[in-house]
Amino acid sequence: MPVTDAPRIVTARLVYDDSYTLERYLATGGYEGLRKALSMTPEAVSAEVDTASLLGRGGAGFPAGRKWSMLRKDPVTYLVVNGDESEPATFKDHLLMERDPHQLVEGVLIAAYALQVTEAFIYIRGEFALGLDRVTQALNEAYDYGAAGSDIFGSGFSVDVVVHPGAGAYICGEETALLESLEGKRGFPRIKPPFFPAAIGLYGQPTVVNNVETMSNLPWIVLHGGKEFAGLGEGRSAGTRLFALSGHVRRPGTYEVEMVKTTFRDLVYAPVYGGGVPGDRDVKAIIPGGVSAPWFGPERLDLPLGQDEVGNAGSMLGSGAITVMDSSTCVVRAAWRITKFFARESCGQCTPCREGSGWLERVLRRIEQGEGREDDVDLLLDVSDNISPGLQWPPQQTTICVLGPSIPSSIHSAIDMFRDELLQHVKEGRCPFD
Amino acid sequence: MSHFDSETAARARELVALYPERRSALIPLCHLAQEQDGWLRPEAMEEIASIVGVTPAEVRGTATFYDMLRTQPVGRYLVSVCTNIACLLGGAEELLEHAEHTLGVRAGGTTSDGTITLEDAECLADCDRTPCVAVNHRYVGGLTPDAFDQLVADLRAGRRDGEIPPHGTLGRVRRNGGLRVPVEQVARERAAAAEARAAREQAAREQAARAQAAEGPGAAKSQGAGA
Ligand SMILES: Cc1cc2nc3c(=O)[nH]c(=O)nc-3n(C[C@H](O)[C@H](O)[C@H](O)COP(=O)(O)O)c2cc1C
Ligand code: SF4
Ligand code: FES
Repeated sequence: MPVTDAPRIVTARLVYDDSYTLERYLATGGYEGLRKALSMTPEAVSAEVDTASLLGRGGAGFPAGRKWSMLRKDPVTYLVVNGDESEPATFKDHLLMERDPHQLVEGVLIAAYALQVTEAFIYIRGEFALGLDRVTQALNEAYDYGAAGSDIFGSGFSVDVVVHPGAGAYICGEETALLESLEGKRGFPRIKPPFFPAAIGLYGQPTVVNNVETMSNLPWIVLHGGKEFAGLGEGRSAGTRLFALSGHVRRPGTYEVEMVKTTFRDLVYAPVYGGGVPGDRDVKAIIPGGVSAPWFGPERLDLPLGQDEVGNAGSMLGSGAITVMDSSTCVVRAAWRITKFFARESCGQCTPCREGSGWLERVLRRIEQGEGREDDVDLLLDVSDNISPGLQWPPQQTTICVLGPSIPSSIHSAIDMFRDELLQHVKEGRCPFD
Repeated sequence: MSHFDSETAARARELVALYPERRSALIPLCHLAQEQDGWLRPEAMEEIASIVGVTPAEVRGTATFYDMLRTQPVGRYLVSVCTNIACLLGGAEELLEHAEHTLGVRAGGTTSDGTITLEDAECLADCDRTPCVAVNHRYVGGLTPDAFDQLVADLRAGRRDGEIPPHGTLGRVRRNGGLRVPVEQVARERAAAAEARAAREQAAREQAARAQAAEGPGAAKSQGAGA
């Protein structure tokens, strides 16, 4: 039994083996949302999305309706969909692309109509070979079916949608880096201001960038109305959300749950979700929203899965990736691996991020290998403070994008919560978990 | 002399036609070149440069930013073992060590017969089946050391060729046509956009010139330090 009786909004079709086919899609209400949208004015469609309080599912949680309303007026604007999903332990967008690509395509077409763009791009992480195939196939079918291209369903509205493959770079998930990449360049994030996509985006034109899951909610919202969506969850955190649950749980996987009404504990322990920790070991820490997020201890398990609830507690729901670490976990190793990731993926434009990530990685590695020094913990904090002054949440930013200020999250958490464990590595000259 | 064979060249033309600006096709064309050659050869980069209208150095400079674009030859099979956080908690370090032992190469290396390149990968977004392994970007599930050895044997014997094409082949489904929105409409809009952009850039230049004139020669320097 799920914890609440909220309907499944984006994963309803996943019970079918052929969920990705046009036949199944049409048999389960597919493209009805688009038909309905086309019978409304673009403004009315946007208003429904605004009423729904659909918070962006890519990481920052910005309301989609508001983002759309901020688009600078211009004869040519673009819609770009972010399917780059590479925040470690996030595996929900690829599920939507592989298993329900028509839902994504329909969402994109609805947004394109609301925004009145004539060309939209779906940027898919290069490594998603199957996702690329499935979305391209769905798009081909949508064109043949008359749902995409020129004069859609005889409405007079026309839009082309292009699937664009990435090529392996985490930073291209950051929206301005993604636009650079889509323009055929290195994925260097742009400085904001002035390069807010809504003002100066793709090819210098106003651009809306939205996440795959954000888009996938649109067919349901248009069909059932924004009010119905806003009636699920609580406050700003409306609707359901996908959470990718990984690490030390019996049943890792992607689960769609009602926001706020469900807690971390539900997700980790409910038999329909995580099913508890293997060996009934204790939870040592959880990463609540991707590796950029500060960790929580077990005392936070009863916190509701809501944007503001988690934000006020000093972390974020971020990309919807929840990783559980049980009592057998070496937190130094965990923090080291996360930091190594950032060191590899830093684009190198900003000194604090480029140099800091490498230093932090090397210091953590030597602590983990039993070669740490007395003052290494202070050194870690000092370098972290140089990347993100004050080590507060939300972080201060001295860099072009927020990858930099995300680096200290795991390190600061590990030191805050498990300082003794770090010191034990140094004192004993070895990893106590080896 | 074209480096692309006729089929690849035709697909390259289709790709370029999808974008408002040619350069956007650069990365898709690099993937296409890898599909033809298995990796990104210098000749291919030159050809791509001439197609999208940049220098070969710009193609190389862009390609080397991206992990999937290989400017050195790789094995027929790129075996990626994820060692990021979820997989780390699921035994990835042990699996990678085992893989290095089985294949006789360190992560990043290619077996002497040129069949397999082993990679210590970042999160592959399949974190509920740990430790996650992918071959040429096709998931093969979370693997035990024994299952890994079986996979290697299968790859070597060609038993997985149906599901796993050689390195470089990414999407196997092709778009079934170009843009459909009437070209005149698109052209009109793009011309308007180009005009608007030129006007914006001109205004920005004038503003910058005015600011510099107003603040004197020291202005540019202090601005540089603050950026
Ligand atoms: C380093 C970094 C990586 C990001 N990666 C992704 C990503 O993989 N997918 C995504 O949708 N958003 C990602 N984002 C967030 C995007 O910049 C952007 O906020 C989002 O795509 C907007 O869509 P939404 O409003 O629908 O959430 C990333 C941001 C940063 C700073
Ligand atoms: S913060 Fe890091 S990733 Fe972001 S632009 Fe600066 S160097 Fe690049
Ligand atoms: S952490 Fe290994 S696949 Fe995500």
